[in-house]
Amino acid sequence: MSNLLNKSRPLVFCPGCSHERIARILDKSFQNMGLNGNQIAMVSDIGCSGLFDTFFNTHAMHGLHGRALTYATGLKLARPELNVVVTMGDGGMGIGGAHILSACRRNLDLTLLVLNNFNFGMTGGQFSATTPPDAQVGSGFLNRIERPLDVCEVACSAGATYVTRCSAYRKDLEEEIERAIRHEGFSVLDIWGVCTGRYSKRNKLTPQVIDETLAKLPPREGIVENNDRDEYGRYYREVSESQKPTPPPAKIEKKFDPPESGRQEVIILGDAGQRIITAGDILCFAGLTAGLNVTQKNEYNITVLRGPSISELILSPEDIGFNGIDRPAAIVAIGQEGVDRRANLFEHLDKDALIILAKGVEVPPGNAKVHLIDFKKQGIKTHDRALASLSVLAKLNKVINPEMLQSALEARFKEPVLTSALGLVDRVDIA
Amino acid sequence: MPLSLMEGNEAIAWGAVNAGCRFYAGYPITPATTIFNTMLKLLPPMGGICIQGEDEIASIGSCLGASMAGLKVMTATSGPGLSLYSEHISFAIGSEIPIVIVVVQRLGPSTGSATRGADGDIQFMRWGSSGGLPVIVLAPVDINDCFSLTMHAFNLAEEFRCPVFIASNKEIAMTKESIDMDAIPRPELKERAAPPPGKPFLPFEIGSDRMAPCFLPIGDEVLVRQTSSTHGPDGYITTDFDQIGKNQERLRKKIVSAVDSFSFCEAYMEDDADTLVITYGVTARAAKEAFMDQKGEGKPVSLLVLKTIWPVPEDLIKKKAKSFKHVVVVEMNLGQYVREIQRILPDKKIHFFGQMNGKLITPHQIKEAIANV
Ligand code: SF4
Repeated sequence: MSNLLNKSRPLVFCPGCSHERIARILDKSFQNMGLNGNQIAMVSDIGCSGLFDTFFNTHAMHGLHGRALTYATGLKLARPELNVVVTMGDGGMGIGGAHILSACRRNLDLTLLVLNNFNFGMTGGQFSATTPPDAQVGSGFLNRIERPLDVCEVACSAGATYVTRCSAYRKDLEEEIERAIRHEGFSVLDIWGVCTGRYSKRNKLTPQVIDETLAKLPPREGIVENNDRDEYGRYYREVSESQKPTPPPAKIEKKFDPPESGRQEVIILGDAGQRIITAGDILCFAGLTAGLNVTQKNEYNITVLRGPSISELILSPEDIGFNGIDRPAAIVAIGQEGVDRRANLFEHLDKDALIILAKGVEVPPGNAKVHLIDFKKQGIKTHDRALASLSVLAKLNKVINPEMLQSALEARFKEPVLTSALGLVDRVDIA
Repeated sequence: MPLSLMEGNEAIAWGAVNAGCRFYAGYPITPATTIFNTMLKLLPPMGGICIQGEDEIASIGSCLGASMAGLKVMTATSGPGLSLYSEHISFAIGSEIPIVIVVVQRLGPSTGSATRGADGDIQFMRWGSSGGLPVIVLAPVDINDCFSLTMHAFNLAEEFRCPVFIASNKEIAMTKESIDMDAIPRPELKERAAPPPGKPFLPFEIGSDRMAPCFLPIGDEVLVRQTSSTHGPDGYITTDFDQIGKNQERLRKKIVSAVDSFSFCEAYMEDDADTLVITYGVTARAAKEAFMDQKGEGKPVSLLVLKTIWPVPEDLIKKKAKSFKHVVVVEMNLGQYVREIQRILPDKKIHFFGQMNGKLITPHQIKEAIANV
């Protein structure tokens, strides 16, 4: 197999830099695997390791600091057949921490080579997430008072399926990289090396010291048995294939004429749990059955199970432009928290506006007509009162009529909910 | 014409898949989340991909990767997420990666009010990335626009190889409206241009007849390089001042010089009026009502609703504003786009009405602003 190193872009690392060695070995691994350049995408990060993509005759993507895994994720999901190899320094590993955790958890088939040389080479030897506390680096005393991160431990606990910690001078690095690329899942190689330009000027770090240090650490080599599981991309495609296509939203034909002409505004005021939003939906569907344009705006607290719940509806034969509500034709007041949230609405109501008021709820004084309903006496539970109120509107021929409401329920609900909704609507007594 | 009921956000998702979007990545954020929810229902069954990124940076980052692999991609967020998109927006601008970015604006600054609308990120979309090069921003007024402008946004992203924003607003995004999707005119779909055959491919080479480079995807036969670094035609870093300068100018010009071909707007012109109201987004709905009222009351004004916000459609605005003494700019912020109007109409009296309290600007408020002219 031919060499994939770019002849017109010779390696430019400092003499003695381990990156150079790793680049040549990576090329050998590609050759051993019999890969062509167009079967590989090199995704590189920022820093000296960020030059990697330029040295290879492969597909290449180079972006922002710490984000290489994010591009790699998009590439691999879109092109599952590509071998996607990410190179990153200990700097990129630190700043892109969230992406590493996520890549480990997902187990998408990417290969991450962390070219770990314990400092930021390119910007002047500042400390990184892996700099030992006793090292002399370009960040003064700061590294002395922080603790370095063991990316292998992190990767294992985050669910990586293949993790190796090794030296750039390891004899079989060529084979180890090949194993990592061949592994179907996310693989992380924490490759320790020497930055002659910066780090080893002030710190004793040689291949031998690296070996000695590694020997003192628990070994991390290859497949992580406990994390063994499906590769994300394959799994994603499998699950996707079993998903049913989503049909376009239901189309509602005009079947009826509305009981009232012109724009009709309705506000439903209730409490969380009263199915206010669903009732708003149904009122909209009822409007559609009469060929009306509709809008619906909802308001509820972010803690969805507490607080007010409000739905504002407009039904109109014209295009609905401005959809703020200033002259509601009807207000459904069935929950105190909703009423309180819109308390200032009531004093400006027209005198032909209608309030459907649940007994027990207090509304501020105003000119509107009040139609009081004792839902409790009728045995209508609190979560059914919004729908029951629509029935009251329909039976009074206010905004909607009973045919519109029935047809809306048929469009909105399936059995067995439909039958019980129709039953409820039928049994509401408006007297 | 039978009608359906859906949210503005859902209409954006349907517009996207109809435009050929096959990759979506997003991070949950009110009021943009229902775009993600809808894409997750739509894409996987049709062989597309929808993922939830670990954060906004990852979401847009994976979109850029997938776009370079040849897919049409979209992401959506709101103000706090837009802040995090910044570095990747500049990547997409400088490295010419097609992407549609939906910004469902909510009341800021910062986390602000998650469920209140605003148009407070209008300048942020334009300037919130390093380098300051132009972007395309389209602003929907209603649910029909959510569908159709999203389709246009994909076409523009493909044609100009750039990020295209949809500047939505909570008040459009989370409002349900009746819609007849079949009746909305759909633009013919555009795809990124493939290079002419018979020549070696250089990823950033500009043919003499083109403003944006031709595209081949990462992963096909021919090797493709992509880089966020300042690059020459071959996609390798360059230090040639002349080459760099020319390329920056091209990146600016390819967007700015083409705006006449995508200056979406609605104009309601009255012969006897001396005042032109200019607005965009959800506020246009109140402005249309104010326009009708003014006309009915025998005090007509004209109205220009801009749907292409960036680059500023300067020719369009100058042409429409020509015969008016007064221009009233109305927007749901404390004065952002009015700066552009002042800049391009220096000989007009420019008046401003803005509001940023989470409430819609009402037709009544706009009529008051007109009365104060
Ligand atoms: S600065 Fe360090 S990492 Fe960068 S090329 Fe030189 S030795 Fe290698």
